[in-house]
Amino acid sequence: MLTYTLRRLLLAIPTLLLISLVIFLLVDLAPGSPASEIPLTVPPEVRQKILESLGVNQPIFVRYFLWLKQFFYVEPLNGIDALFGSHLAEGMQRIISYQTRSPVFPLIGERLPQTLTVIGTAYVVGVLIALPIGIYSAYRQYSLFDQFGTMFAMIGFSVPTFFTGTVFIIVFGVWLGWFPTKYDTTLSVTDWDSFVKQIRQMAMPVMVLGLANAAAISRYMRSSMLENMKQDYVRTARAKGMSERTVVLKHVLRNSMIPVVTIIALGIPSIFGGAIITENLFGVNGIGAALIGAIRGNDLPMVQTLAFIFAILIVTFNLIADVLYGLLDPRIRYD
Amino acid sequence: MPDGAAPVLDVRGLKTVFRTRGGEIHAVNSVSFHLKRGEVLGVVGESGSGKSVTMMSLIGLLPTPPAEVRAGTVMLDERDLLKISPEELRQVRGARIGFVFQDPMTSLNPVFTVGMQIMEPLREHMGMDKKQAETRAVELLELVGIPDARKRLKSYPHQFSGGMRQRVMIAIALACNPDVLIADEPTTALDVTIQAQILELVKELRKKLGMAIIWITHDLGVIANIADRVMVMYGGQVAEHGPVKELFADPRHPYTRALLKTIPSISGQREARLQVIEGQPPILNAAPTACPFRARCTHSHARCAAENPLRRAVDGTALGQGHDVACHWSPEAADA
Repeated sequence: MLTYTLRRLLLAIPTLLLISLVIFLLVDLAPGSPASEIPLTVPPEVRQKILESLGVNQPIFVRYFLWLKQFFYVEPLNGIDALFGSHLAEGMQRIISYQTRSPVFPLIGERLPQTLTVIGTAYVVGVLIALPIGIYSAYRQYSLFDQFGTMFAMIGFSVPTFFTGTVFIIVFGVWLGWFPTKYDTTLSVTDWDSFVKQIRQMAMPVMVLGLANAAAISRYMRSSMLENMKQDYVRTARAKGMSERTVVLKHVLRNSMIPVVTIIALGIPSIFGGAIITENLFGVNGIGAALIGAIRGNDLPMVQTLAFIFAILIVTFNLIADVLYGLLDPRIRYD
Repeated sequence: MPDGAAPVLDVRGLKTVFRTRGGEIHAVNSVSFHLKRGEVLGVVGESGSGKSVTMMSLIGLLPTPPAEVRAGTVMLDERDLLKISPEELRQVRGARIGFVFQDPMTSLNPVFTVGMQIMEPLREHMGMDKKQAETRAVELLELVGIPDARKRLKSYPHQFSGGMRQRVMIAIALACNPDVLIADEPTTALDVTIQAQILELVKELRKKLGMAIIWITHDLGVIANIADRVMVMYGGQVAEHGPVKELFADPRHPYTRALLKTIPSISGQREARLQVIEGQPPILNAAPTACPFRARCTHSHARCAAENPLRRAVDGTALGQGHDVACHWSPEAADA
């Protein structure tokens, strides 16, 4: 298991390097220039100078290796400096956003907590809703509950979040007035009142995204439970005189969780990247909104860095999913 | 075998139907039998004859719906298992009646250790704590002949061979010292040498522990080896029943006679092609009004289509105590 994990970790390095190259080239090939936002009244010589100051005129491989060095060497050193107050990275060039002319990483650091609280909560809520629904739907297949569960999943699957989000805003925000329609990113939780306020403003985006997430996961859970419910070992457990609770929640569930855990783990990176629409809809100033802003402004370093961070997350959670799979299923221990 | 002792299990008039979209399937029709303490009852019949369904009906192992046990009594010391609550029945399963299934490859839960699976019923029914259950589990594994038992408790089912897994299944079934062990084709999925080992093991365990055994199989050789009495089933009914020697020596039902002829002989010269019973087993989509075997029977006549034969004793004993058969035809009548 350990050697397997180590081997996978080592293999991740060339994978990530290749991904970084592809991202860098793709973003670079995209039309548009960082200077396109500069008003046309600015004379061409000045425009040229601005581009030079950004380093855009250098050959692409120079820029790529520079970016690699900054990402893997300078930025971690900066992180250490920030943590321990040392001066390791002093004087080194960091990855600079074209738009704000400030380092990219602190910008991401500002946006990430917003995303994690809202989208992360939505994912957790989605999983917590989905698992019981999936388990009970399978246990009472074709019951009224199962029919409702299926309908709920169909709606969650087929209706996009920009639609459910808008409906939620109209119904709960405008008509009923229960929740604020916009997310206030400046709110900091200091006491009970601000905490309640935070919960209220999180409610709608969390519900909208949670519903979408729960729909898919509950279906996986249901079908996996159904698959296992038919197995011989379930009959054995019943023949041993175990209670229904033990049979379903221990014997069947443990086996059914194997594929579902993989799906849940693989879905986690989408928390960071996939909720762009919902973030925009509710005005959550998160990492998705940052990415959209950077794309609009031709902020290449920001786009490259964000895309690459998503890639790292995906590779990492893939690995985590594989390790979890091995832990849950004794037949697969990758020796 | 203590003759004349009160039966530990007494089944009367058991009827089980499956409700399907295409109508009802009458899988078990008025099956009656009893089991005395320490005796082995062999149940034979081809696939779909209702052997397994009968036994699963006894202890509520069939999924309801679609299955429904419609009539009958199943007495296990003064208690009718068909009348008690599901919770009480659960206390009987695994504690008083142990079950061993056909396929040891799939009958154990792949994600739990063997030790945990043996200890589960011990903790559930005997109220043992973890330590006691572990000690007992080691004992059980040693009893079924698994070497290095304490270490093997931590193994997973996939680390065992098929025969070893079946031994584990037997250990689980015997964990709480049941009065009755129901073995549903326990050797069918194993190769012949392992089959023989398991058979010997069960015979030995029965001598040691004295539980009664119901052994379901379609292998008449196994029956001859292990059983005291035989019950031949066909089309969800008991076709013939009797002490094993009598039944093999003097089969009365045409189906039993045909079955005995299908056994290949490995000694002597090969005289003729192996006999087969022509035709298909019946589709049980209605309550029986005729003999289910008549379409394949060489002795069928008008009465067989008009009337489903009842079991009748053929050796002068009370019905169910000795040799009996459910057939309108008798070999004597044919000779006369």
